[in-house]
Amino acid sequence: MSVIVFAGAAQFAAVGYIASGLPWPGIILLTALLNARHLLYSAALAPWLREVPVVRRAAMAHLLTDEAFALTISHFRRIGRTDERGFWIAAVGATFVPWNIATVGGVILGAQIPDPARLGIDVIFPAAMVGLAVGLVTGRRELVAAIVGAGVAVGVALVSSPSVGIVAGGVIGPLVGLLVPKAIARETAPLGTAASAVRYSMPGATVDSTEETAARDGPEEPPR
Amino acid sequence: MTTDLILLSVLMFAVTYPTRAVGLLTPGFDRLPKVVFDYLQLVGPAVLAALAAVSVMVVVSDDDVPSFHVGIEWVAVFVCLALVARKGNLLIGLVAAVAIVAIARAVGLAEIPV
Repeated sequence: MSVIVFAGAAQFAAVGYIASGLPWPGIILLTALLNARHLLYSAALAPWLREVPVVRRAAMAHLLTDEAFALTISHFRRIGRTDERGFWIAAVGATFVPWNIATVGGVILGAQIPDPARLGIDVIFPAAMVGLAVGLVTGRRELVAAIVGAGVAVGVALVSSPSVGIVAGGVIGPLVGLLVPKAIARETAPLGTAASAVRYSMPGATVDSTEETAARDGPEEPPR
Repeated sequence: MTTDLILLSVLMFAVTYPTRAVGLLTPGFDRLPKVVFDYLQLVGPAVLAALAAVSVMVVVSDDDVPSFHVGIEWVAVFVCLALVARKGNLLIGLVAAVAIVAIARAVGLAEIPV
């Protein structure tokens, strides 16, 4: 799964779905919902990569994770031009290879743990989901979507089932988030900007005033 | 079981890859209506928060009846959230969450799930 799907949050979620016996159509639907944000990443990178041959762009798409996007867009903006080699280093060297090595390590070492619940291993899933959600909350709309999504999910889950609740929260949360007036949304780091890249686990990264302005105004067109 | 998971992985790939490829391979995709991108931007936090909340707050009994759950997991997840928001490091948050639950269960402050 780490090779074929290569999507951290969706894989974490799939473990929970499988463990709870969620039917496959539900798993597929939730995976699609969870990974829908990748549309944003590909749209944001498209102007930078339009000169790359289509076959290589098709291969790049498979590697376009949260982390690869964050590293790539910040690198392109920092140097002010497209750097295809930089993309491959970020996507393969910094994410794909380490992720799959860690997956194999988990498979081998995980079986050696006698009682995972006693060690609190079961809390990793919800904690990871919350941690990843924090990285995506870049303004009030995202915050409202997350809170409403969680509330709706729990409410619906209690009267139906957890899987139905999760889908309901994932669909209704963003709709309510969109109701937050743009004037107070304060999206300080919309996806596709260097400011958003800073929020994606880039310790020590900073945004200068120029980039903050760009973050407010939206993605910047690359040099032609 | 392994074969089943490979098939599931292929199906998950089938719904994941298009979301990553369409923008890179479709000319003019980055000029879709802004409201579409606004909605998509909100899907990630909403789905992840929904997953976490249901995982921590809802338990399903043997006869498939869901019920509200309060436990040490709430504290652990909240601490993880605070650490990630403060430090920007998911690993630290996960280690703290696991430590809280493991210690609470070891000293008898929390039940070990069956």
